[in-house]
Amino acid sequence: MSTRDNPMTKSELIEDLAREQGHLAQKDVELAVKVMLESMSQALAGGDRIEVRGFGSFSLHFRPPRIGRNPKSGDTVALHGKYVPHFKPGKELRERVNASAGSPRPHAEDAGKANDED
Amino acid sequence: MALTKADIAETLFDDLGLNKRESKELVEQFFEIVRVALEEGRDVKLSGFGNFILRDKKQRPGRNPKTGEEIPISARRVVTFRPGQKLKARVEAYAGSQQ
Repeated sequence: MSTRDNPMTKSELIEDLAREQGHLAQKDVELAVKVMLESMSQALAGGDRIEVRGFGSFSLHFRPPRIGRNPKSGDTVALHGKYVPHFKPGKELRERVNASAGSPRPHAEDAGKANDED
Repeated sequence: MALTKADIAETLFDDLGLNKRESKELVEQFFEIVRVALEEGRDVKLSGFGNFILRDKKQRPGRNPKTGEEIPISARRVVTFRPGQKLKARVEAYAGSQQ
């Protein structure tokens, strides 16, 4: 079973969730995922953190104002400070992800075409 | 005031009329499915929100900050988050009063 070029997408996540919650219709699970992601986005958009034990936390990092440049004209432009979302993986996620370190990641960007399996 | 799994479950209960147990389980399983994918070495892409991307780090020299002793930091796999355009735009607009 190769994982090459096989990231998990939202639709696959929804399918997996629907399988585990067999009594819920796929459409309801789809809506639930939408609502979950929206509540997370809304929290961050309102300046709140997200804390999920064993998974990680999301917070905002401030990027100070800076002087930018229009690459075409060379004119300087004052760019205002802004917030960007930041994720810090929790202990359990860090450990579980790192447990597979060293094992090949067939779909890593730099993987050669030569070592194609199965 | 941070958003927690309990808050997210509460939103499912309030907005979708799922019962409390279903709501709690869905939230729990959502994060577990993401963890399992990452654990298997797969990136996770949630359009509109962001991508969880795995990075393989080589071993590098480190130092015990207390003793100053040199100890190598072993090769490791880490997960990073790249927010999507939509989330970035929404967050950028946040004019927080702090700093």
